Amino acid sequence: MSTIVLLLVTGLGLGALYFLVASGLSLIYGLMGVLNFAHGSFLTLGAFAGFELARRLGGDSWPALIASLVLGSAVGALAAALTELLLIRRLYERHIEQVLVTVGLSLATVALFEGIWGTDPIYVSAPAWFGQTTELLGARIPNDRFVLIGVAALVLLGIVAFLRFTRYGLIIRAGVENRPMVTALGIDVRRAFTVVFAIGGAAAGLGGVLASHYFGYVSAQLGGSLLIFAFIVTVIGGLGSLSGAAIASVVVAVLQQFANFYWGVGDLVVVLLLAGVLLLRPAGILGKKVHA
Amino acid sequence: MSQPPALDIRSLRYAIGGATIIDDVTFSVAPGEMLGVIGPNGAGKTTLFNLISGIAVASSGTITLDGADVTSAPVHRRARAGLGRTFQTSSLFPALSVAENVRLAAQARLGGALSVVRAPRDSDAASGVAAERLAEVGLAHHAATTAGVLSHGDKRKLEIAMLLAADPAVILLDEPMAGVASGDVAGLGQVIRDVHRAGRTVLMVEHHLDVLLGLVDRVAVMHHGRLLAIGEPSEVVADPAVQAAYLGEAV
Repeated sequence: MSTIVLLLVTGLGLGALYFLVASGLSLIYGLMGVLNFAHGSFLTLGAFAGFELARRLGGDSWPALIASLVLGSAVGALAAALTELLLIRRLYERHIEQVLVTVGLSLATVALFEGIWGTDPIYVSAPAWFGQTTELLGARIPNDRFVLIGVAALVLLGIVAFLRFTRYGLIIRAGVENRPMVTALGIDVRRAFTVVFAIGGAAAGLGGVLASHYFGYVSAQLGGSLLIFAFIVTVIGGLGSLSGAAIASVVVAVLQQFANFYWGVGDLVVVLLLAGVLLLRPAGILGKKVHA
Repeated sequence: MSQPPALDIRSLRYAIGGATIIDDVTFSVAPGEMLGVIGPNGAGKTTLFNLISGIAVASSGTITLDGADVTSAPVHRRARAGLGRTFQTSSLFPALSVAENVRLAAQARLGGALSVVRAPRDSDAASGVAAERLAEVGLAHHAATTAGVLSHGDKRKLEIAMLLAADPAVILLDEPMAGVASGDVAGLGQVIRDVHRAGRTVLMVEHHLDVLLGLVDRVAVMHHGRLLAIGEPSEVVADPAVQAAYLGEAV
C-alpha cells in the first residue's frame, strides 16, 4: 500500500513537470500551429538562471528558492517572447521552416549551455525541508513532490483563469478556433502569439527550476529529456487542449512510474500508450478534429 | 465636393502559379450602395473578396477603401479601416458562447490599446454593444448558448450580429444564404436589408439569384476572372453576354 501511494504521488510530481512543459506546447500549437522544439531550451535556461541566482543568494534558503522560481519563469518568458518576435514571426504559416528553426535553436542552445556550464550535471541545493519526507497513508513521500504538484495546479488554474476571464484570453480562445476570422475582425493576432509564447516560456522556466530540484541537478540536457515526454503528453491529450494536456500528464507519468518500478519498462509503456492513442483516437483525449 | 467611393477597385489582377484568377477588374461602389456579385462557379468571386479583405494580395492594380489605398495592407488593418466580412464556410467561433462571439467583435472595434489582464466585465462597453447587437438580430435569448449548437439560420444571424458589433462601413458577405433552410431565407434577407439601411455599403456573393436580385442596387457578373457586366439587375439579366456565360448552368 505504501509503495503504491509513493509511486502515485511521485508520478503526480513527474506529471506536474510534464504539464509545465506541455501546457506551453499545447497553447502554442493550438493557436499558431507551431511545433516548438525549442521549448526545452526555455526550461533549461530557466533552470540555469534559477541555479545561478540561488547560488549567489546562499543556496538552500527559502527566499533563495522563491527568488529562483520567479527568475526562472521570467527568464523563460523573456526567451520565449524573443524567440517568437525574432524567429517564429518571420516564418508565419511556414510550418516546415518553423520546425527547422526551432530544432536548430534547441541544438544551438544546448551547445551554448554546455559551453557555459559544462557537460557534467551541476548539483543544486534546496531548503532542507525539500529533501525530507512526509508520511502519507504509511508512505514516506519526499516533500518536493508536493511543491511540484501544488505549483503545477496553480499554473493550470492561472492559465485557465487567464483564458476565461481576460480580453486576451478571449482572443486566444477564438484564435484557436478560427484565426482568419479573428484578424478579419480587426485584431492583430500576432500580439496574442507573443503573449502565448511568453506564458508557455514562463511555465517552462518555472518547470526548469522545479525539475532541477526533482532530479537534484541541472544540466544542458534537462529540457530536451523532458521535452520528449511533454510532446507525447501533448499528443495524447489532444494538440491544443490545455485540460487534455493536464489529464495526459498525470496518466502518462503515473503509468510510467508504476511500469518502471514493477517491470522497469516505463518509457516503453509510454511509447506504446502513444501508439495506441494515435491508432484508436488520433486527435487525442480531448483534441478536436485533426487538421491538415 | 463629392464623397470618395466606399470601395474603388482599379485594374485589379491576381495570378498564382501562372494562372490568372482575377484579370483586369475595375469597378467602384458608392457609399451606402448594395452590390451583388454573381458568376458561375470558379469565376473568381471569393478570390475577389479575399483580395479586398487582404487574405490574398493583388499581383497588380489598386484597392481603395474610403479614399485610402489598402492594396497591400494586412487583414487586421483593413478591418480597422472599416471593412468587415463573413466567410463562405463559417465566420464563427463554435466553442465560444454566442455572447462571447459578439463581444470579441465589439472589443476589436472599441479595443484601442488592449490591456493584457483586463477582464471583460459584463458591465463594460464591449459587453453592452454585444448585448444590443444580439437583440437587434433576435438572438438575445441565446446569449449563453454555445455558438456551435445554433441552427444554421441562427448561426448566420450571429455572424451578422458580429459584423454589426464590429461596425464596419463596408461589408463583404460571402454566400450568406448558403445552407440556410428555405423557410429562413426571407428572414435573413430582411436582416441584411436592415444592415444595409443603417447606411452601410454591402457587397454580397450569393447563388440564390432570386433573393439577391431583389435586395441589391446593382449587380456585377464575374466570368473567368473578368468583370463581364455591371449595372442594375434588370439590365444585367437581359445582357446577352451574361446569358451566354450562364448557359448550361443551373441559375
